[in-house]
Formats: sequence, structure tokens, C-alpha cells
Amino acid sequence: MRLAAILFRLAWRNLWRNHRRTFIMLSAIAVGVWAMIFMTSLTRGMVDQMINDSINVLPGHVQVHHPDFLDDPSINNPLPYSDAALGEKFAGGEFGQWASRVRVPAVISSERESRAVTLLGIDPSAEQGFSFFDYADVEGRFLEDANDNGIVIGKKLAATLDTETGKRIVIMSQDPENEIADRGFRVVGLYTADPVSVEEAYAYVGKSTAQSLLRIGDASTEAVFFGDDYRNVEALYDAVSGALDDSVSVQRWYEIDSYLGTMLKTMDGFVFVWIIVIFLALSFGLVNTLVMAVFERVREIGLMLALGMKPASIVGQIIIESMLLLTLGLTIGNFLAWATILPLQGGIDISIVAEGMEMMGASSVLYPKFHVGDMVLASTIVLVLGFLASISPAWRASRYEPVEAITKV
Amino acid sequence: MTAVRCINLCKTYRQGDVDIKALDHVSIDIAEGGFVCLSAPSGGGKTTLLNAIGGLDIPDSGEVYIDDQRIDNLSKGDLAELRLRKIGFVFQAYNLIPVLTARENVEFVMQVQGVLKHDSADKANAILTEVGLQGLEDRRPAEMSGGQQQRVAVARAIASKPALVLADEPTANLDSKTSDELMTLFTELNEHYNTTFVIATHDTRVMQYAKRLVRMLDGKIVDDIDQRAA
Repeated sequence: MRLAAILFRLAWRNLWRNHRRTFIMLSAIAVGVWAMIFMTSLTRGMVDQMINDSINVLPGHVQVHHPDFLDDPSINNPLPYSDAALGEKFAGGEFGQWASRVRVPAVISSERESRAVTLLGIDPSAEQGFSFFDYADVEGRFLEDANDNGIVIGKKLAATLDTETGKRIVIMSQDPENEIADRGFRVVGLYTADPVSVEEAYAYVGKSTAQSLLRIGDASTEAVFFGDDYRNVEALYDAVSGALDDSVSVQRWYEIDSYLGTMLKTMDGFVFVWIIVIFLALSFGLVNTLVMAVFERVREIGLMLALGMKPASIVGQIIIESMLLLTLGLTIGNFLAWATILPLQGGIDISIVAEGMEMMGASSVLYPKFHVGDMVLASTIVLVLGFLASISPAWRASRYEPVEAITKV
Repeated sequence: MTAVRCINLCKTYRQGDVDIKALDHVSIDIAEGGFVCLSAPSGGGKTTLLNAIGGLDIPDSGEVYIDDQRIDNLSKGDLAELRLRKIGFVFQAYNLIPVLTARENVEFVMQVQGVLKHDSADKANAILTEVGLQGLEDRRPAEMSGGQQQRVAVARAIASKPALVLADEPTANLDSKTSDELMTLFTELNEHYNTTFVIATHDTRVMQYAKRLVRMLDGKIVDDIDQRAA
């Protein structure tokens, strides 16, 4: 313990012998750490937003379907439970927010144009909490209940169809007997979405109206569930799976949209590689600083060895010095990152490149995401790799022959 | 009892294409409580012999014993432990640790030995007072004169009461008055604590303080005089 105290004291004071060099190295570490965390938070924010937006459109962290529905999303593959049966199964609080839906492919036609869309029959009151758009922001009005006879479409689709609120359009799909199921609807609302491409994809009608149109009684094609965090859906998945039998397929969001799952894994890998790359650049400065510090103190190191300090203690002293330098740099860098990310949490407007972002499926407002985990990861990597980078100069210092070192000019 | 025993030590350095015999079959016994001066012109082998006795340099052949323990075949770690526990060093160029104060320099060896902070600080203060540096305990080496720094080095060497103190040209950078004070201090420590002193020097005034004067030339002992008898 006494030895550790003297090693710590020597390391700390030696650190400040050359103020300028220490400050330069501290600045390099702090800026490097800041860049690691800040850039990671921007990328993380963008990917988080893309994933959350996509999950909201899916929607749901966990979904239940007929086992064949995802391969053949037709009305011939409904859930084998009635609405009432689903209500009984998922009455408990452990299922988060949930809703059952009717989702089928359909063709929407105005007087001028036709387009393929996904027709969603929903109960608005059940979905309000996790809809990807705000009902209040809908131009006109949103659906009032499951029996609403109106239809709500995206603004972009309305422009494509050259229609507007108050006008009529026709929805055409198939019933379970493969007969044409069609019906005219009056457009009651136009929603906006970010990204805009979603506005062309989905048309909303009341769930009971859809069931009636498709002649499926009180059946649904999917049940969707939202937990607290898309990164942690296992508890929700287990709860939902436990409440159902093998006649249905229960899947997590990243199984339904494997592209999103891959994106998340890629993001985590990117963060790791990014931190390593920045550290490698930093490590040259760190090793150089330590080598210079050792080279300048050859006589002292020889003296300490001559007085009876063991080589292992010399290694310890140099490594403590390195760890102190890194810890200071990390503290400053982490603080800088936190202080610069915090004011930007309200979003950074990058609408100047909005079209490019749109192509990537991202929003034109970027919300930096400060993850404590990223900070811990960056700090851990810097400390561990810094420790490894310090071993060589420390080892060299401990190998000096005292009799040669103390006579070094 | 024998504090130091060297048997047939040889050490050759290579300088360019020339081999220089720093120690040429040197044998010497130094009794406990001895006060020995090794005297030689530059390159005569006194520092090499001192380093071999202190375990800082390993002879090419021969044997070195400290307190009847053979040390020339010990590992680096064991040699460090031996130096830490049994030997105090005073070097020509003071060799203090610049980032530590006078007190911390004196405490250094004791702290590496594991002495409690409170005890080591008390001892360091007492020894600094003994070597005439009361009031300068918190100064760093750069804030002290050469004589004061050498006194700190002496205080560090004797702080843990080693059985053997090895001093290499301890007065080389000191004026005559300070040199005399330092040698008087060495003599007192030798008499009060029975510490064995081996001093390498070519300063004739330092030699006058020694009980025994060993003259070397070209790596060989050429004269060994008991000055008490003289």
C-alpha cells in the first residue's frame, strides 16, 4: 500500500513536469474521446430514429400472425382467434400497449389513378398511443372508431391519385373465397409522415368496416405489441408467447424486418470500429509521450532501481502515469461530449440534405442520442488499449541497467 | 565479522576495439564498522569495484559477499531487495528525485521498504535535522545548493540504517568546507551506528578521514594501508 502511494505520487508529479506536453496530449485525448462519443451519438440518433420510425410503421416490437401470413399476407391467413378471445388473452399489464388489426394488400382508385396500397383496418382508440402520426395533425379528421366508414390516406398518395378530403375513392381487395371485395370510401383525412414515402404506402379504415368489406366476421390478421424500448423486447416476447399456442407465429420486430435488425447490429459494430480507429490515432501520441517521458528520466529510473525499487514497480509507475493521463483526458472528453450533445437534443435541422436522408429512410431532423453505454464503451476501450500501449515503454524503462542509467547524461 | 568480501573479481569493458580491464583479480575483505577509502586515478577501477560490491554491476568472474551472502549470482529482483534492505548509496551527482521534496527523497527508500508513512516522515525529519537541513524539508532539489542536495542524498542513504554505505566521489561537486562537514558526518555515523563505509575518491582530504586506505591502479589493488596504525 505504501509502495502504491509513492508510485502514484511519483506518477502524478511526473505528469506535470512538462506541462505543455501533458496539456497537448490531454487535448488530443479529450478531442478524440469527444469525437468518438459525439459522432456516435449522431449516428446512433439517426439509426435509432430510423428504427423507431420503421417499428412504428410496422408497427410493434412484437407481432402475432398466422404462421403463413408473412409469406402470403392475404386474408386467407387470419389469426385463429376472434377479437373477443384476443381481448381476454391480453388483458394483463405485462403486454404493454397492444391492438389487433386487419392488414391486407389492396388497390386504391380515384377517378384518375390507381395505386397498390396496404389497407389497414384499425381501432383508432387502441392505436393512438403508438401511431406513427398524430391524429390531431391529420388534415380533415382521423377515424373516429372501428365502425367509421371513412378512409384516411397519406397526403402524397392523395396527390398521386389527384384526390382530396371529401372525395370518393374505391378500395378493391379479395375475400377468403377469392372473390373481389370492393367498396367506395369517402376520404375523411390526409396524414403526413416522415419519411414521406410512407404516405403512399398505407390507407386506414375502421377495423369493423374492413372486416365487413372482406367478409371475415370478427377476425384479424395481426396483433401488435409495444414495450418500452426496442432494444429490450425479450420480456414482452416471452409474455406474448406464453399466452398463445403453436397455431400462431410470434415474432420480434427484428425478425419481421431483418433489414432493421441488421442495421442495429451494423450500428453497434460501427461504433466499436469507430472508437478503435480513433484510439489507434491517439495511441501514437500516447506511446510517443510515454517514450519521451521515459527517455527524459533514464537517470531517475536508474537511481530508483539502484536504491532498491524492483523493475515491476517501475512498470507500475509508468502505467499509472499513463492511466492518469488517459483518465483525465477521458473525463474532459466525456464532459465535452455531454455538454455539446445536451443542447442539441431538440434536434439538428439537416433539411438542406433532406432528399438524401429521405432516400436512406431517415428524417431531415437529426436527434443526437447520448447513450451512457457508448460513453462506457469508449472509456473502457481507451483505458484497456491505453494500458496495452503503455506496456512497451514501461517494460523498456524497467529493463535499464541501473549502473548505466545513473551515469546517463 | 566481515561486511564485504570480494574474491578474485575481474571485469573487462570493451571500448571500441580495445578491452579495458576495470578489475583485474581483485580480492578484498572489509570488516563490519570499517571506514574504507578506495583511491585511484580516473579509470583505476574504484567505481567498478564499488558497483560490484553494491550489486549494481556484475563482475565477469569472481565472487562478491555481503554479510556472508553471495550476491554476484542473484537475480535482478533479489539484488534490488538486497540494495533496498542492506545498502545505502551516495552518488557523485547527488542523484535525487527532482519531483520529490527533501523529506520525500529521504522517505523514498523507507516507503519502498514498506515503513508506515508516519514513521518514515518522523525519521526523515530527524535525519534531515542531523545532517543540518532543518527548515529545508519541503524544498525540492532544484531549490537547494549542491552541498544541501548531497546532504539530502546522505540522509537518504542512512535513513533506513543500512549496514553498508557506498559513496562514489561524494565530495566531487562540493567546496572544501562542505566536504569537511560531510566527511565529519560520515565519521560520526560510522562511530555511532557502526555503519560500514566504503568511499571511492581521489580527494586526498577525504582519504584522511578513512580508517583504511586502499589504492588501486589499472584495476588492481596496489596498496592497502591501515591509517589508524599510521
